[in-house]
Amino acid sequence: MDIFLQQILNGLVLGSIYALIALGYTMVYGIMGLINFAHGEVVMFGAMVTITVITALSNAGLALPGGALVLIGLMVAIPACMLLGYTIERVAYRPLRNAPKLAPLITAIGLSIVLQQVAILIWGRNYIPFPPILNHDTIDIFGATITQLQVLIVVLCLALMVGMLIVVEKTKLGRAMRATSQNPGVAGLMGVNVNTIISATFVMGSALGAVAGVMVAANYDQAHYYMGFMIGLKAFTAAVLGGIGNLGGAVAGGILLGIIESLGAGYIGDLTGGFLGSHYQDIFAFAVLIVVLIFRPSGLLGEKIADRA
Amino acid sequence: MTSNKKLGTFLASAIVLAVLPFVVGSTLGNSWVRTIDFALLYVMLALGLNIVVGFAGLLDLGFIAFYAVGAYTFALLGSPHFGIHLPFYIAIPLGAGFAAMFGILLGTPVLKLKGDYLAIVTLGFGEIVRIFMNNLNAPINITNGPQGINLIDPIQFAGFSLGKVTQIGSFTVNPVILYYYMFLFLTVLVVIMVSRLQHSRIGRAWVAMREDQIAASAMGLNIRNIKLLAFALGALSGGVAGGLFASFQGFISPESFGLLESIMILAMVVLGGMGHIPGVILGAVVLTVAPEVLRDVIGPLQMHTFGKMIVDPENARMLLFGLAMVVMMLTRPEGMWPSKRRQAEFDDAKKG
Repeated sequence: MDIFLQQILNGLVLGSIYALIALGYTMVYGIMGLINFAHGEVVMFGAMVTITVITALSNAGLALPGGALVLIGLMVAIPACMLLGYTIERVAYRPLRNAPKLAPLITAIGLSIVLQQVAILIWGRNYIPFPPILNHDTIDIFGATITQLQVLIVVLCLALMVGMLIVVEKTKLGRAMRATSQNPGVAGLMGVNVNTIISATFVMGSALGAVAGVMVAANYDQAHYYMGFMIGLKAFTAAVLGGIGNLGGAVAGGILLGIIESLGAGYIGDLTGGFLGSHYQDIFAFAVLIVVLIFRPSGLLGEKIADRA
Repeated sequence: MTSNKKLGTFLASAIVLAVLPFVVGSTLGNSWVRTIDFALLYVMLALGLNIVVGFAGLLDLGFIAFYAVGAYTFALLGSPHFGIHLPFYIAIPLGAGFAAMFGILLGTPVLKLKGDYLAIVTLGFGEIVRIFMNNLNAPINITNGPQGINLIDPIQFAGFSLGKVTQIGSFTVNPVILYYYMFLFLTVLVVIMVSRLQHSRIGRAWVAMREDQIAASAMGLNIRNIKLLAFALGALSGGVAGGLFASFQGFISPESFGLLESIMILAMVVLGGMGHIPGVILGAVVLTVAPEVLRDVIGPLQMHTFGKMIVDPENARMLLFGLAMVVMMLTRPEGMWPSKRRQAEFDDAKKG
């Protein structure tokens, strides 16, 4: 029983990070109808920049508590990633807004390669350790353990997601975003500056991505130039699982995917009599995705949308 | 073009293709012949994917899985791993058949999906195939896991092996040149197959489905069958290329079949000119040869201008490659050599 609870907790931590990244994908998809393939690289840059700042500050002999250091790191990483997100949109997507859908997909992939190579130029090809400044004390919950850091991650993710939902549902900016996603032409006629709204969407998604990147790095104690790829893929899967374009769906899909993966990795050995081991963890995400899309092609919470393909 | 001129072009290109490996081998060295061999493999792959993406309009991001199935089938049937040594003329068709079966296996559940949903499911399928190849070494060792399979048989028939240096008269012929002709032969077969398909009933059915599925189905087309046929035929040529790759390399591991490879093949199709056979061939050749040229140029160029290495050549190569992809798509989203129909569509869209 405690293994079950432990895996649920692990899944919750992993899943809330997925959800945070999935929001970035789903917002862009909702508004422009395209997969921002370079989003995983934004997540990676967020992690890398934060680690660099933290390491530099610790080396400078600043006697600050770990939490404050991470906060300063984030204060640098978030604007940097926002700028990156803005640039990605301006360079790779805006000129191709009226081109067929495959063209921006290819530019996004090209940009993704460029960003990875830039990361290699700056930080090298090796894993970069996350400085050991954070509290890894554990808390016991009915025989399962979770670190304080992980609790913080889950709480922060939920807070950010609620904040994002409020922005989209309640503010003027959010209303403009929803109008643009329904019909950019008409939104423009109603006085919405579509270009600004699309930029704002990329910038907000990138800020969330930066935070998520730091969480991944802190949780696994390391960062790597290639880390954005798999996590981006999983987060996108989560967005599709929940119904792409739907913010609540991205959150639900992310958490569900995290839990399914953890449970799957924990139990696959027992279920198959030892035939398949926990290294099949990555299969669950894709297998679940395929099954969901076959029976519910618009995702779990997605409405039946008109065919945009 | 008059038929005389056509014949002239045909003969000229046939002669060029026939002497190419000898000219390249003696001037630039055999490693460049090897690059050309790979370019031919990628032409086969890109033409296979072009059936699915270009003709039928189904975005497939897991195409490399079929290449992998072809390669592993060949490797398992022709290596000391299981001690089976089937001749290539059985192993390659078997691999192609298996790949086509996988194509149908993938195609059946995704019949109703479109656009990005289809893209992400095919991507997931490709990853699943790779993960299984990486892990199917326990409890029964089938794929030998991440170490891969080596000592794969070269292609041989009637006591003649493509994997050995061969004397023909006073000529010494290197294996890369022998494989070149084998690959060229099969590439030409694939080109003939896809161009015949394009102008057949099936090809027109694919285009009709791509443009408007509902209208096509109202005209009496069986959408399910022609979709599955596109997946199966695309996978078939991927499977053939996979088998050839395995025997040519003599070694395969799951590393060769990652998502990046799928994306590269898609980039060849899109950058070349989707749906246009000469364009796709051009795309495949350029994207295979260009990184190799960059590899040879960047290092010496830096040594020459700065006197030392400033940027790691491998790094700079991929950086330039990614940039080129972006710039290319921004300036010519229709591809380097699009078909007339597609060019016209783009011109219309520009006029708005």
